[in-house]
Amino acid sequence: MLNQTVAYDSKVEGEVIVTKADAVINWIRKNSVWPMPMGLACCAIELMAAGASRFDISRFGMEVMRFSPRQADCMIVAGTVTYKMAEVIRRIYEQMGDPKWVVAMGACASTGGMYRSYATLQGVDRVVPVDVYISGCPPRPEALLDAMIKLQEKIMDENSAKNLIKVPVNKDIRKDALST
Amino acid sequence: MSDIDKSRFLSQFDYLTERESSDHVALNCPAGKLIEFCTSLRDEFGFDLLLDVTAIDWDVATPRFTGVYHFYSTASSNYLRVAADCPDNVNPVLPSLTSIYSAADWHERETYDLMGIRYEGHPNLKRILMWDSYPYHPLRKDFPLAGIETPLPAEDVAERTNLKVVAAPMMGGPFHSSGDGKMSQTEPSAKDESWNEQSSK
Amino acid sequence: MAQTKEISLGDTGARAAKAHSNAQAKVVAADETVSEVNSETMALNVGPSHPTTHGVLRLMMELDGDLIKKCEPVLGYLHRGDEKIAENMTYNQFVPYTDRLDYLAPLANNVAYAMAVEKLANLEVPERCQAIRMISCELARISSHLLGVGVYGMDAGAWTVFMYTFTEREKLYTLFEELTGARFTTSYTRIGGVARDIPDGWLGRVNSFCKGVIDVLDQVDKMLTRNRIFMDRTVGIGVITKEQALSYGMTGPNLRASGVDLDLRKDNPYMMYDQCDFEVPIGLNGDCYDRYLMRAEEIKQSVSIIRQVIGKFPEGSYYAEDAKKIFAPQKSKVLSSMEELIQNFMLVTEGPQMPQGEVYFEAENPKGSLGFFIVSKGGGVPYRMKIRGPSFCNLSILSELIPGHFLTDITVILGSLDFVMGECDR
Repeated sequence: MLNQTVAYDSKVEGEVIVTKADAVINWIRKNSVWPMPMGLACCAIELMAAGASRFDISRFGMEVMRFSPRQADCMIVAGTVTYKMAEVIRRIYEQMGDPKWVVAMGACASTGGMYRSYATLQGVDRVVPVDVYISGCPPRPEALLDAMIKLQEKIMDENSAKNLIKVPVNKDIRKDALST
Repeated sequence: MSDIDKSRFLSQFDYLTERESSDHVALNCPAGKLIEFCTSLRDEFGFDLLLDVTAIDWDVATPRFTGVYHFYSTASSNYLRVAADCPDNVNPVLPSLTSIYSAADWHERETYDLMGIRYEGHPNLKRILMWDSYPYHPLRKDFPLAGIETPLPAEDVAERTNLKVVAAPMMGGPFHSSGDGKMSQTEPSAKDESWNEQSSK
Repeated sequence: MAQTKEISLGDTGARAAKAHSNAQAKVVAADETVSEVNSETMALNVGPSHPTTHGVLRLMMELDGDLIKKCEPVLGYLHRGDEKIAENMTYNQFVPYTDRLDYLAPLANNVAYAMAVEKLANLEVPERCQAIRMISCELARISSHLLGVGVYGMDAGAWTVFMYTFTEREKLYTLFEELTGARFTTSYTRIGGVARDIPDGWLGRVNSFCKGVIDVLDQVDKMLTRNRIFMDRTVGIGVITKEQALSYGMTGPNLRASGVDLDLRKDNPYMMYDQCDFEVPIGLNGDCYDRYLMRAEEIKQSVSIIRQVIGKFPEGSYYAEDAKKIFAPQKSKVLSSMEELIQNFMLVTEGPQMPQGEVYFEAENPKGSLGFFIVSKGGGVPYRMKIRGPSFCNLSILSELIPGHFLTDITVILGSLDFVMGECDR
C-alpha cells in the first residue's frame, strides 16, 4: 500500500462514517442525475451533440437520458416553448418524481429569445420552476455541460434531509395530476 | 425552364385575367371558377404538384383577402401562380381544392387558422397550428405581432401556474418599424407598454 | 436521368414486393382474427414529447390490437409565428430566423431566403459568392442527411450508426464555425452576398472532410444496407406511390424515393448547378428502405458537387458590389467615407430597398423544396412572406400512410420521412 493519507480508515473507525445526512444525500443525488431531454427545437440538436462522441456528457455522470418523465429527475427544456406546448411541459414536469430539477437551455426556453410573438411563451419559468438558465442561441454543448455542473453544485447546497420529512409543497398538485 | 404560354390560358378560359408578377406566370381567377380551372390545370396542363396555398390580407383595401396558389409541373418544370380574391371582406370564403389535390388539406387548414379564410367543401376545416379554442387569426394585419391576452387552453394548468396567454414584450426587441410614419412613432418599442423590467411576471 | 447502381439493386424490388405482400397478408390475417374476437379499438397518443417523433409532432391513433386503424397528426407545438415576425422586420434582419426553420441545414435555408429576396430585387450575385453558397448548401445537405441516416438507424434499433454520423457532423460544425462563426445557427447570407469571404485554407479542409465522409458512408453502408434486421424493418414498409406523393405535394428525397424525377437543381437550375455534373438518384418502390438509400446516395452526389465547385473556384468578390442600396458597405469604408456612412445608416434603419412585386422562389433543400413567397410594396420590410416548409407537406401524407401498419412501424416511417418540426410549424 502506498504511503498516503486517506480521510477514512476502516481499521481505525470501524465500518461507520459520521457525516451530515445532507452531505450524503446530496452527494448521491448529484452523481446520479438522470436527465429528461425535452427537445423542442434547435437546442435539441446541441443536446444530442452533448451526448455524442465529441462532448460526451457521460464524463460527468449524467448520460442516462430517459424519455419517460417517471424515470428522470432533471428536465432539460431545449428549445422554444410555445403556449400550445407549455401545458404539455407542465404536465410532464408534474409526472416527474421528487426531487426534480429543470434546466432552461437556450435563449428561447429562458426568456422567449428572439421569438417575441403571439405564439411563444416568454420563458419556461412561467410554467415550471427553473434551476439553471443557459444563455446562447443555441448554447454550445460546453455550455450545457457547464450548466449541468452548476446544477450539481446547486444540488450539493440543498437541505435535502429537512425536505425528506417535510410534506411536499405541491402535494395536492400531484394528486390532481394523478387523478386526471 | 421553358416559359409557358399565358395567352393559351387566357384564350381558353375567358374568366381569367393576367396578374402582375415579378417572376412566374400569374393569373387571377374568380373564386367561383377556381375548382373548374384547377381541375383542368391538373388534367390538361400537367400541373401535378400543388406547392403552396396561402393568402394575403390587404388590410383596408377591397377585396381584403386574396388566396394565392402555386402550382408546379414536373413534366415541363414550370411554375404557375393563381390568385383568387375573396368576394366578402368580413367572412372570406374560397372553394376548397382538397378534391383535386390532397396537399390542399393541410395548407387550407393553415390558411384558415392564420388568416381566417373558410374553405368550402373542406372535409376537416379546423385549426392546425394554433389550438382549437384560439379566438383570433394571427396573420391578419389588424392582429398585433405581440398577440392579445387570452386564456390558456388547459384550464387546470392555467389554474395551477397562473399562466395566461399574454402579449409578448416588444421593448428592446429585434423588430423594425413598419415604415409608415416617423421612426419615433412607428418603433414597436414605443407603442408597446404592456411589459417592462419592473412589472411582475 | 441515370439511375444509380445503389438504388436499382436487382433484388430489392423483388424483396420489396414480397415483403409488401407478406405485410398485406399479415394485415388481412390480423383483420380476420380481430373481427372474430370483436375487440374494441384503443386510442393511443404518441407525442408531442416522444423520442420517435423527432420533435414535437403528436399522433393520435386508433389501434386494433397492434394494427393502426386511424392516425391523426396534430402539429403546431412549435409554431413560433415566423411569418408574422417577417412582416415586422427588414429583409436582412430575418436571416437569423431562417436558420431556425430547418435547423439541421441552416446554411441551405439562408441561401434559399437570400436568393428569394434577390429575385425580388432582380439582383445577380458574383460567381464567387455563388460558389461559396453552393458549397455551403451542399455541406448543409450532407449535414442534414447524416443526421437523417443516423437517427433513422437509431429508430430502427442500430444505435452505432448515429455515433458514426454524428462524429462526422461535428467535423462539419467545425467547418461551419470557421466559415460563419457559429456551429449551426449560421446566419451567413446577406441580401446580395454573404457575410464574409471564406477563411484561408478552408477549401482544403472541406476537401479532406469530403474524403472522410465517404469513408464513413462506406461504414454506414456496411452496417445498414445489407443488415438483415434493418431490411426486414424497412423494405416494403411505408410505401408511398408516385401518385400519392405528387398529390400530397411531397418534395425532395421523399418524392424521389417514390420514383418522381424532380430535383430543382437539375430542373430549374439556380446558382451554378447547371455547370455541375451530378446524378439524381431515383427510387423504385417508395418504401422506407428506398428513402434511406436515397439519402446515402445524395451525400455522395453532394460530395461530388463540392469537389467540382472547389476545382474551379472563381476569383472575385463575395458580394454584389454594385448593389449599394442592398448590401452593407465595408466597415473600413463606413468609418472613412461619408457616402458609405450614409449608405450604411440607411440600410440599417430602412432596410435594403426592394421594388414592388410578388415573387416565389424555391430551392432544393435537404428536406425538399423550401419556398418563399414574398409580397413587397416596396421599401425594406416585406408586406407578406409565406414560407413553404417542405416538412409540412411531407408530413401531410401521414394520415393516409400510417393506417394499415403496425405500431412498431411508425418509428421507421417517421424516421424515413426525415422531417423537422421547425419548418413544419414555423
